[in-house]
Amino acid sequence: MAIQDLFGQPLKAVNIGLEDFAESLHSQGADVVHVDWRPPLEGYVELTRTQDGIDIETANAEAVERIRKGRPLLVGMGIARELIPGMGARMILHAGPPITWERMCGPTRGAIMGAIVYEGWADTYEAAAELAASGEVAFDPCHHHHTVGPMAGIVSPSMPVFVIRNETFGNLTYATQNEGLGRVLRYGAYGDDVLERLRWMETDLYPALQRALEVTGPIDLRSIIAQALHMGDEVHNRNRAATSLLFRQLVPAVIQTSSTEAAEKVLRFIDSNDHFFLNLSMPAVKSMLEVAEGIAGSTLVTVMARNGTDFGIRVAALPDRWFTAPAPIVQGLWLPGYSEEDANPDIGDSSITETGGVGGFAMASAPAIVRFVGGTAALALSVTQEMYEITAGEHEFFTAPVLNFRGTPLGIDVRKVMATGILPFINTGIAHKKPGIGMVGAGLVRAPRKCFEDAFAALLENLI
Amino acid sequence: MITRTSVKGGEYYDSVTLLEVAQGLLALDGVEDAAVVMGTPANKGILADAELLTSEAEAASADDLVIAVKAVDAAIAGAALEEAERLLKASRESGGSGSGLEQPPKTMAAAIQRLEGANMVLISVAGRYAGAVAREALSHDQHVFLFSDNVSVAEEVALKQTAREKGLLVMGPDAGTAIINGIALGFANAVPRGPVGVVAASGTGLQAVVSYMARLNVGITQAIGTGGRDLKSAVGGIMMLEGLKALQADPDTQVLLLVSKPPAPEVAEKVLAQLQASDKPAVICFLGGNPQAVRSAGGIPARTLEEAAVLAAAIAQGQNEEDALGNLRNKDASLRVRAASLKRVLQEEQVYFRGLFSGGTFCYETQLILKDLTGNVWSNAPVDKALRMADSNHSVEHAAVDLGEDEFTVGRLHPMLDPTLRNRRIIQEARDPQTAVIFLDVVLGFGVHPDPAGAAAGAVREARAVASAEGREVLFVASVCGTADDPQDLGKQEARLEDAGVLVVSTNAAATRLAGYILS
Repeated sequence: MAIQDLFGQPLKAVNIGLEDFAESLHSQGADVVHVDWRPPLEGYVELTRTQDGIDIETANAEAVERIRKGRPLLVGMGIARELIPGMGARMILHAGPPITWERMCGPTRGAIMGAIVYEGWADTYEAAAELAASGEVAFDPCHHHHTVGPMAGIVSPSMPVFVIRNETFGNLTYATQNEGLGRVLRYGAYGDDVLERLRWMETDLYPALQRALEVTGPIDLRSIIAQALHMGDEVHNRNRAATSLLFRQLVPAVIQTSSTEAAEKVLRFIDSNDHFFLNLSMPAVKSMLEVAEGIAGSTLVTVMARNGTDFGIRVAALPDRWFTAPAPIVQGLWLPGYSEEDANPDIGDSSITETGGVGGFAMASAPAIVRFVGGTAALALSVTQEMYEITAGEHEFFTAPVLNFRGTPLGIDVRKVMATGILPFINTGIAHKKPGIGMVGAGLVRAPRKCFEDAFAALLENLI
Repeated sequence: MITRTSVKGGEYYDSVTLLEVAQGLLALDGVEDAAVVMGTPANKGILADAELLTSEAEAASADDLVIAVKAVDAAIAGAALEEAERLLKASRESGGSGSGLEQPPKTMAAAIQRLEGANMVLISVAGRYAGAVAREALSHDQHVFLFSDNVSVAEEVALKQTAREKGLLVMGPDAGTAIINGIALGFANAVPRGPVGVVAASGTGLQAVVSYMARLNVGITQAIGTGGRDLKSAVGGIMMLEGLKALQADPDTQVLLLVSKPPAPEVAEKVLAQLQASDKPAVICFLGGNPQAVRSAGGIPARTLEEAAVLAAAIAQGQNEEDALGNLRNKDASLRVRAASLKRVLQEEQVYFRGLFSGGTFCYETQLILKDLTGNVWSNAPVDKALRMADSNHSVEHAAVDLGEDEFTVGRLHPMLDPTLRNRRIIQEARDPQTAVIFLDVVLGFGVHPDPAGAAAGAVREARAVASAEGREVLFVASVCGTADDPQDLGKQEARLEDAGVLVVSTNAAATRLAGYILS
């Protein structure tokens, strides 16, 4: 190349910085593209190869390929204590990174108090709180047990769980059944009404679904998610289509295996809860992501999760580490009578959907969601397109029709987040900060930068 | 009076957006002062100077956005902070209109992918990021126009060495202007295509020579800006040399024109030696440099930007150089006559020159010319280091103030974009009973103020009224750098100044001589 070669070509310019310069070029008839640029995060340097000579790009491509290939099936159900690996007899699993009772937020404490009474470890909620504070009950993140839970994400030993098998790799993941909206345990609500529902889900819903699943055989969750993305869901905060698709598969089997009375109750329960599928989309995506954990040299994020106090991420190359920051406050739409004052910081494992390339990352497929989480339809489109800038690949089966069926952005690369300053986008429900109240709104939030700065520093330290 | 700040962690906005938001806050009733800046150490210094630095702002990091407001009471300060949030949010949303399908790319790589055949990256991000962005552009085999300043010399050298190896341009850092393939980058004028190829280490120097040539109906092939430090020994003139070689090899370029302050001696030697590589005539304007060295290298020396343009134009049109210089001398004689009659309005104690410049090279050129006519000229950007002004904000004796220097532009827009500071200074100088001539440069072109002459004319009228109230008349002398095809239109801009009673002379050098003759 020589400088004078430029003189014979039409000038085609990329503008970074003052937008006026792009406008000036445009007015002169030159081809110009303006970059909506932001500075890199603190501590960013170029990182392409590990000390052992692993090419990071290649490692990430391998991780993306594994995630893309995953085929999560709903294969059955069971009781947490019997199925979830490492689940202790007096253990309660929670959403997000590890946390002590002292630092837990209101909704998590409320849900734990409810779970303790549900398990019969205490008779009153006061006694439950005392027990929880005493250290007699072990708390552990769901993510340490191949499990995910929305909002407080509480899983106690007696709770029934779905079992998801990633058919391609054979790994299993777990999640409880979704309780619906309103006063529910996952939003920190406890009380007789909440526990009554949980008990019904254990004694009626679970056995009915288990019987039905024996008739249907494994249900292909990848296929349901793929279809739902073409029906206006992003399978985080909008699961209406996915729930309906699941419902269609379940109805004949439930009717076949339950009394009319039981079948009616079970089917009405599922039908009345647009979020029923959330507790399947989450473990489905978790099962896809798990297989990237531990890939040497991969800088992809395998977990983003919040416990209502901290926001934590995990990275493929450092699978046992959490990188945490204070959980942000979600901006959003409020249910009548509530405001930002009432909001608990961001909470739940449901950001596993974004980590796996759906949820907020697939908002282009779900423009109607802005009626629930706020924003505009244009925003829904722009979010997905922005996320391509920080991801290493695209889904094969999960696609966005409006983007000409482009695969949704998959595999958050910590390096790209650092280089571009673009933080992963999450859409999510908002819990009341006081235990026992429940949902107050839904909205949009970005993952905190500190998680990525710390993860990147650790990657530099361990890989270089 | 109460000062309130809010710090927003990890929010980034470009500097123009922040300045616009700050202006929006200043427009609120009861708000005395406001700043909306990233929390860099330099910006904290500005906040401290303005007594806006609260402990909260003090604790902010360079990645935090700091909004600081001084207002008559807490309610107004609080409302102003809320207004700032609203304005910032609106600035983000403005781009989000439409269907959302057409998104601006967020990274350089995405933009290059989108723009097939991209060959140039314009960079005007904050200096501490600019080097890395420029490196990225070079890694994509892009030529670079680096408007950003505050890039270290070491970084500049590294960038230019990489560029030289790859056969790419790095114009800058601190490059105000370039015209490539007929397209103006940064602050630049609308000039015709033609046979003259320009390489300039000075933004306004480049604008001046291409505009002056355009008035003589002579156009350019390319005008390459190198950034002001290129010809210092540390950088070694890498881009001046590479630009020169490219123009020597370019079949469309028939005349070469180089513009710079005097280079480091060993750099000057290299540049002049490179002239031998082609037999294209080369006009060399090393302002204040030694004409003999240029002549012995086979170059044609020019003492001023005006001379450089006139000589290059004459050669391009096949005219005699001596005739062209003769014409200039004739014009000069008429300036002397004009000066003799103008000076009669001045009172005995009105003896000083006060130049208020937006273009650094005009400030430099004026000092060079004026010192031979009036003696010492003080400046905040002095040609002779011994003549540095003690206080840039206060003129003493003959003074040439460059309002584009750092002390005036940190946290503010450049005077070519925002005339507020110069307008205030015009009135300040008019109050001084010793001021005889207030001298202005007005720069037109793409990217600058839409009506710079109109903005200055308002201040001139006010200044004349101030002086007149005190029984004096101050003379205003100005030149306009631009062309008839510029968005602001040279003719209209000159007329605006003349309507306000300004003596408008066609070039900075000629205008300076008129001022000098008035005062000598």
